[in-house]
Amino acid sequence: MNSVEGLLTQIQGLSSTASDVLSLQNVLKQADESLHAESTRLLPFLDQLDPSKHSLGYLYFLEACTAGPVTTESASSFVLVIARFISSCVAEQIRLAPDKFISVCKRFKDQVLLLEEPLRGVAPMLTAVRKLQSSTEHLTTLHPEFLLLCLLAKCYKTGLSILEEDIFEVDQPRDLYLYCYYGGMICIGQKCFRKALELLHNVVTAPMSTINAIAVEAYKKYILVSLIHHGQLSTSLPKYASGVAQRNLKSLCLSYIELANSYNNGKIADLETYVQANMEKFGSDNNLGLVKQVVSSIYKRNIQRLTQTYLTLSLQDIANTVQLNSPKEAEMHVLQMIQDGEIYATINQKDGMVRFLEDPELYKTCEMIEHIDLSIQRLMTLSKKLTVMDELISCDPLYLGKVSLPFPFIKLF
Amino acid sequence: MDGEDDAPKSLMEEMYANGIEGVDDAPSSSTSTTIRKNRPIISGEQLDIEAYAALYSGRTKIMRLIFLADHCDNSGMQLEALRMAYDELKKGENTQLFREVVQKIDGRLGPNYSTDATWCAMVDRKADQRKDKLESELNAYRTNLIKESIRMGYNDFGDFYYAHGALGDAFKSYVRTRDYCTTSKHIIQMCLSAILVSIEMGQFAHVTSYVSKAEQTPEALDPPTIAKLRCAAGLAHLEAKKYKLAARKFLEVGPELGNSYSEVIAPQDVATYGGLCALASFDRTELKNKVIDNINFRNFLELVPEVRELINDFYSSHYASCLEYLGNLKSNLMLDIHIHDHVETLYDQIRSKALIQYTHPFVSVDMRMMADAFKTSVAGLEKELESLITDNQIQARIDSHNKILYARHADQRNATFQRVLQTGNEFDWDVRAMLLRANLLKHEYNLRASRKI
Repeated sequence: MNSVEGLLTQIQGLSSTASDVLSLQNVLKQADESLHAESTRLLPFLDQLDPSKHSLGYLYFLEACTAGPVTTESASSFVLVIARFISSCVAEQIRLAPDKFISVCKRFKDQVLLLEEPLRGVAPMLTAVRKLQSSTEHLTTLHPEFLLLCLLAKCYKTGLSILEEDIFEVDQPRDLYLYCYYGGMICIGQKCFRKALELLHNVVTAPMSTINAIAVEAYKKYILVSLIHHGQLSTSLPKYASGVAQRNLKSLCLSYIELANSYNNGKIADLETYVQANMEKFGSDNNLGLVKQVVSSIYKRNIQRLTQTYLTLSLQDIANTVQLNSPKEAEMHVLQMIQDGEIYATINQKDGMVRFLEDPELYKTCEMIEHIDLSIQRLMTLSKKLTVMDELISCDPLYLGKVSLPFPFIKLF
Repeated sequence: MDGEDDAPKSLMEEMYANGIEGVDDAPSSSTSTTIRKNRPIISGEQLDIEAYAALYSGRTKIMRLIFLADHCDNSGMQLEALRMAYDELKKGENTQLFREVVQKIDGRLGPNYSTDATWCAMVDRKADQRKDKLESELNAYRTNLIKESIRMGYNDFGDFYYAHGALGDAFKSYVRTRDYCTTSKHIIQMCLSAILVSIEMGQFAHVTSYVSKAEQTPEALDPPTIAKLRCAAGLAHLEAKKYKLAARKFLEVGPELGNSYSEVIAPQDVATYGGLCALASFDRTELKNKVIDNINFRNFLELVPEVRELINDFYSSHYASCLEYLGNLKSNLMLDIHIHDHVETLYDQIRSKALIQYTHPFVSVDMRMMADAFKTSVAGLEKELESLITDNQIQARIDSHNKILYARHADQRNATFQRVLQTGNEFDWDVRAMLLRANLLKHEYNLRASRKI
């Protein structure tokens, strides 16, 4: 009791300046064990601390309180407390004890999920992420937690806003895998297939020493999204993918690769029979929705191929070539594609003819020039970044030690 | 050649009508334009088996006759071929093939053409005796270590096995003479024998290697040998489906070939194979330089006037008559042992080339006229054109409503912009992914390093 009270006064006293906060941190570290021992009785003491001024102390207390297993009654009370804490805490103090903060937020996520209200956790988690990361290029352990909540709460747009930022610094590889995997799923939900492909590609080609389940699941989705977006799947992983991935991924995702092969043959009937035959397999991986999209994309692919060969074509012919049932269906498909901007065409209903047009983009407008200019600048900054990183690594003693000649007596360190 | 007969037709009509008047002239040209006494043997009419068989000698004659009998539908022709094979075999010593042929005849030709067991037994006995004699001679030579005799001994063995149909043993024997060859002539003899046996066995890889071996001898070869080697090389390329190389080899065969290589190939074959492969694989300039203006090859083409006509028709854009000749020749070509499984591919290639050549000079083409020129329906033509466009062999697009083909030239400027933007995006993606991966690797390094320390 006394130690706790004493701790309280110290927190209140030493939370004003940065140096004080550092000494407070040492005190708190030593007192951590005793805090954990008395975790059940700490809740009322929290009222005496102000989260916005005494963030570090509050954090330690909070972490000790929530360290135990999560139960439904405690969940509802803690959720409010933690949410309020996250919104009002001070970022600098939090960053002094990042793992404590992370464990608090993880508990928060568990509680929110237990209460089956993931939506309540989305906004606080977003704030938490922003406060924890040192820069927008930094990936924290909270990123995947946040994306998980977005997925479960089905608010994809918020998730998408985080995904817009480029990530260059990573704490833990596992965070990256999860982040990219969940991010890919969110993009699929929002139908941004290009970004989804990018994220899933990152997981699949990330350096890893052993194959992990995240990579396998990501590869399955990668195959399906690649078919939807590009209409084809490159059969081998790029050279920079890790050896484990190259050797093992294909054998673990055989039915998906079969699906890709049957898609490439272009026969819709075969594809559909294959999908029917493997329904439960796809269903157990929760990929049924994607598979259905793959099947519908094959019609689009075939129609697009027709634009390369024909100038005008009757709806009946389109229906026959693409193996649709009637000209009406063909018209609907073509109309949908025109609206989505996937082809340029006009439908003449009187003759039942479709006229395919060239891409009207002439690359002459100001917007286009601006777009090109911005792209060039963006790429130049990226290049500079790459050069800087290259220099850093070349000077890194560990790297030099590995790369220099393996004479034992010329070791650099 | 047909256009010159109908001189008063206007140029426009001739261009579009494209060989419709040529149809009536086609069958007559094969008989009317022959100046020589012999009728052409490989022609659109039904194959004259006796004349065909007279072109060849030795084992290939028998094999060709058997192939004919197996593949032709006409039972009259079948029996004729088998009868001739039987007669030919009786003159030789190959009892194995003899038995096969008798089985195929199946008594349909009467009692004269049934299993002559006594003859078989006698031939086999003689064969055993000869074999023993050869073996003892060879052993004697080997103990004496006289190179020339050993070489001739093995050669005789090779000939013996070849005559009796044991092709594998024949090949081995011929190859064994290699160690005992002293002059280039010996080497060439060995190579030619090996080539002959390999062709009969169907192992064309050996053919190529022995041809190159023979061509590498330091002495100059005499023209018939060079011609023979080129024919053999051409056959090997044909089997390997390398039509362009095969065409080049056949076109280089000089007229000195004559009938000297009748154990393998006849000059009519050289003309046919060379002509068809050239038509399927050469572009226009090469076709003109190497085939039409080639004086040596012209002598060969005289032997198969239909092939000559069809090449000229193709070059002068009379596609209908060209394809008509091809169609007529097809049934006879399917009866030839070397070219029968390439006929379909060659024909498809020639037809595609014709279609591409037709559309090449025009900005827009009326598909109805084109269908008339190629003697096909508009729908069929549309399908063919569609596959050619998808394969990017014709740069055009089809207006299916009006049935017109429009040439389409890609807009370079737009294409360049598109490529630039796309390359920019790819670069962006790649570099970002690279930076991310580098970071992960660095992390892994640090982890490992900290563990070590």
